Parts: sequence; C-alpha cells; structure tokens
Amino acid sequence: MGYSGFKVFLEGLRGNTGWKPVWRDPAPKAHYDVIIIGGGGHGLTTAYYLAKNHGITNVAVLERGYLGGGNVGRNTTIVRANYLLPGNSEFYSHSLKLWEGMEQELNYNTMMSQRGILNLAHSDGQMDAFARRGNQMRLQGDDAVLLDAQGVRDHASFLNFDSQRFPIRGGLLHGRGGTARHDAVAWGYARGADQFGVDLIQNCEVTGFKIEAGVVKGVETTRGSISAGKVGMAVAGRTSQVAAMAGLRLPVESHALQAFVSEGLKPVVPGVVTFGMGHFYVSQSDKGGLVFGGDLDFYNSYAARGNMPAMEHVMEAGMAMMPMLGNAKLLRGWGGIMDMSMDGSPIIDRTPVQNLYLNGGWCYGGFKATPASGWCYAHLLATDQPHPVASRFTLNRFETGQLLDEEGTGPRPNRH
Amino acid sequence: MRINCPLCGARDLREFSYLGDARLADRPAADASAQDWQDYVYLRDNPAGPHAELWQHAQGCRAWLRVRRNTVTHEILSVERTR
Ligand SMILES: Cc1cc2nc3c(=O)[nH]c(=O)nc-3n(C[C@H](O)[C@H](O)[C@H](O)COP(=O)(O)OP(=O)(O)OC[C@H]3O[C@@H](n4cnc5c(N)ncnc54)[C@H](O)[C@@H]3O)c2cc1C
Ligand SMILES: [Zn+2]
Repeated sequence: MGYSGFKVFLEGLRGNTGWKPVWRDPAPKAHYDVIIIGGGGHGLTTAYYLAKNHGITNVAVLERGYLGGGNVGRNTTIVRANYLLPGNSEFYSHSLKLWEGMEQELNYNTMMSQRGILNLAHSDGQMDAFARRGNQMRLQGDDAVLLDAQGVRDHASFLNFDSQRFPIRGGLLHGRGGTARHDAVAWGYARGADQFGVDLIQNCEVTGFKIEAGVVKGVETTRGSISAGKVGMAVAGRTSQVAAMAGLRLPVESHALQAFVSEGLKPVVPGVVTFGMGHFYVSQSDKGGLVFGGDLDFYNSYAARGNMPAMEHVMEAGMAMMPMLGNAKLLRGWGGIMDMSMDGSPIIDRTPVQNLYLNGGWCYGGFKATPASGWCYAHLLATDQPHPVASRFTLNRFETGQLLDEEGTGPRPNRH
Repeated sequence: MRINCPLCGARDLREFSYLGDARLADRPAADASAQDWQDYVYLRDNPAGPHAELWQHAQGCRAWLRVRRNTVTHEILSVERTR
C-alpha cells in the first residue's frame, strides 16, 4: 500500500475504514537463510537492507514481544552526528545521511525534524573542547557552529544564563541534528522489509541456539525450532542474556535509563538543548510535550523502569537549566534497558561461534544509529566483511586496546 | 531502594555509590595472564536476576558492601561488609 496526501484525505472522508494491516503475520518457516533476533529498530533495518542492498530475502526477524516494543519505542528520539573519534564519526555521519533520505526511501512519514541540537558550555575548557569537536564534525563533512553566549541567547533566550554554578558561556550548535518519530521508524522499516518478503514473526522468543562443532545451525524459540544459514543478534538490553545462550560472555552491562514528558505546551523549545554538566537534555515533541531525560540509574538493571533518585536529579538539573520548566506539569515517565558497553561504543561484528553475529552495546544512543546499524550489519551478514564505516566496532577491541571511549571514562559502563 | 548497611542500618539509595559486579573485588595477581586481566576489566556476566555487586556507603560510614540484589525486581537479597 502506498501513502499519499490524497489517500489520507479520502480515508478521512470514509471514516478511516479503508486502511489495511501493513505487514503480514506469518508463521515461522522451518528454514531461513538469515535469522535476525530482535524486532527493534536495528533488527528491522538489518532485515530491510539485507533485502534491499544485498538481495537476501529469505529472512526472518524473531521478536519476543511486539515489533517496536523495546527501546526503539522508548527513547527520546534524538538524531545527531556530533562524534569526535574516528570510528564513531564516519559511522554516525553515514547514519545522518540515511535519516535525511529515510521518508522518501520508505514512503513513510517518520517525522524527521532537523531543528538543531545545542550543547551548552560553561567554562573555557568546555568551549575549547567544543571547538575541537566542532572542527572534527566539519572535517567529517557534517555541520557545527560554535556560539558565544549571545548566540545562545538568540537561539534559546529562556535558559538560565546567570546560574551561579554553571553560567552559560556559549555552545555548539549542530543544525542538521534533531528528532524523529521513533515508532514510525520501526513501522516504516517493518513495512519495507515485509514488502521485500521478510517474515516478521512476533511473540517468538529465542530460547536457545543450535550449535554444532562451533557453527550455529539455527535457534530454538517459543514457536518451535528454526534452522538458519546465519543468525544475527540485535536485542539491545538483552544482549548479554541472548549471547550467554551461545556461551559468550560480553563486555556489556545492562542499565536502566529514564525519560519524561510534560503536558502539551505551545512551541517553546527550539530543537534539542543539552546541559551536559547537569546531565539534562530536552526537546519538544510535535504534540507539544517537553521530552527530557538525564543520566542512567547507575546500577545494573533489567527493569524497564527507574528509581526516584535519578528522576529527582533530572528534575533538579532541568530546573537549573531552564527554570520555566517548573511551570509545566509532568505527565509521565518511563525507562528502558540499555546495553552499556565497556567503552561506550557499539559492537557490530562476528562472534567466536561461526555464522553467529553480534550487534549490540548501543548504550543510550542507538536510536540515531538505527539506519546505519542495519545498513552495516546487513553488509557484514551478507559479505562476512565489516562495512568500512563500522570497521572499528569490533568485539576484540577490548582485548587489543583499540577502544572507542568517546567520554574517556574507562571501563565503567555507568559513566559513559 | 534502601540498602541495609550492617553498620548504619537501612539507608536510602541516595547515600550509596555503585561500583559494579562483586568480582571487581577479586583482582588477578599482577603476573596473571592477559586473558585473566581482560576478563576482569572488561567481561561481565550481567545476569537478569540475583547479582552480587559492590556498593559503597559513600554518604555514610564509607564502608564497602557486597550486596546481592535482583536486577529484575531491584529487591535487595543480602548485604555484608567486604574485607
Ligand atoms: C529513555 C531512553 C532514551 C533514549 N534516548 C535516545 C536518544 O535520544 N537518541 C538515541 O540515539 N538513542 C536513545 N536511546 C537509545 C536507543 O533507544 C537504543 O540504543 C536503541 O533503540 C537500541 O536498538 P533497538 O531499537 O534495536 O532496540 P530494541 O527496540 O530494544 O530492540 C531489541 C528487541 O529485541 C527483542 N528481544 C530481546 N530478547 C529477545 C529474544 N530472546 N528473542 C527474541 N527477541 C528478543 C526485544 O523484545 C526488543 O524488541 C534511548 C533509550 C532510552 C531507554
Ligand atoms: Zn554505613
């Protein structure tokens, strides 16, 4: 089914009775060339690009719940390409370009809104660091503008410029960054993959692997056993759990991250504003809600909800950055499980088990990676070679020392 | 969440800071193999369920505690001092 303004208009007149389910609900077949575990953003884009870029269509995505019910539907939807380190920089740059063409590619409105991301700076040291980061982004071909305090005032006059602790000195503005509609991204790719013949199988939890002589032959699931030529994991917060079923122990810890949304308000926040020193960031959804969050809850967690201290801290930091926040009512809060890697960067690689592949360690930043993660993982699954822009996301970098520690905080997953 | 510090009694989560898996207390010997060090520094079991972990009562008596906690329910199962 194609979408058009005319179709929306017509359905409006017919009481929206003409819409049909946009993907099939198939039963699992006995064999697939490739099985992807996890029907989140990354699993769905991987299946889509396996079909689209590599012509591999005998593919199943196995999802234990419903498509898009994991982190892809729980995040704060920020999309950006403002990384410093080679290895991350080219990957997120590639991803942002895919975001820019996504709606045309999928014929689906993912509400990609490039309203800019402003990172606030409060000291000379931070201004220097942002100048360096901005230069790196521009060398990569992306955009960055270093603003002084007046520049920040012109962009977002409501901020607390004269805070005693963190007076605002300036900021780094990344104009092509912004937000997108998270669910629509999952649905758009699901529909695209289904149209290529990929089987999207929901309520199908992978409970074990069939491994013979070090080679994976398929998976055990709650809907029976399925054989496969290759198996790719893309299970985000559950990465350690699923990998453990194949006997792997990974450089990953699972942590809860919370987010919050206020009642709907008239437009007040331009794009995304981040207050790194206070661990707070905010944007405004198209419905008008202020969407904001902060740090992890700091301890290992598999509960998709958080605790009060982290919530309290986010509110305090928010009040410190934009005092007018105190006039808004909080509508709701939620949490998701983050697959925090030991250096804060992801893994897209083969594993010691032949034909079994790993995509994980996305930490709190895997939404913006969604299209490029699938693009590069599909490349790896199809060709057995890492894609050039994801070639440093190796599993053995923790052994060889080629870490990608963007924050420079060492092997402390809750500090990245 | 409250943690029952053996020295101070049940105290609010805000008073404690988290280090991670309790195995971090068992440092390999200086001449241990590179593989042992790689395991110690980077690899984690990361279980969904009971997890032995290290917390410090940073805003209290500053004792290091070995806590068993369920990572799915956040229930604290046991607390003892490390030595
Ligand atoms: C509160 C919050 C805010 C965030 N904000 C941002 C942001 O602003 N920008 C950004 O870039 N990123 C953000 N993130 C991170 C981002 O959401 C994740 O990194 C990303 O969504 C992870 O990839 P995914 O979409 O594939 O994961 P998921 O959607 O979690 O997909 C994994 C899927 O695997 C399934 N699964 C697990 N185990 C099994 C099994 N055994 N068998 C079958 N299926 C299984 C799960 O049910 C799940 O659907 C945020 C996350 C949270 C929680
Ligand atoms: Zn104490």
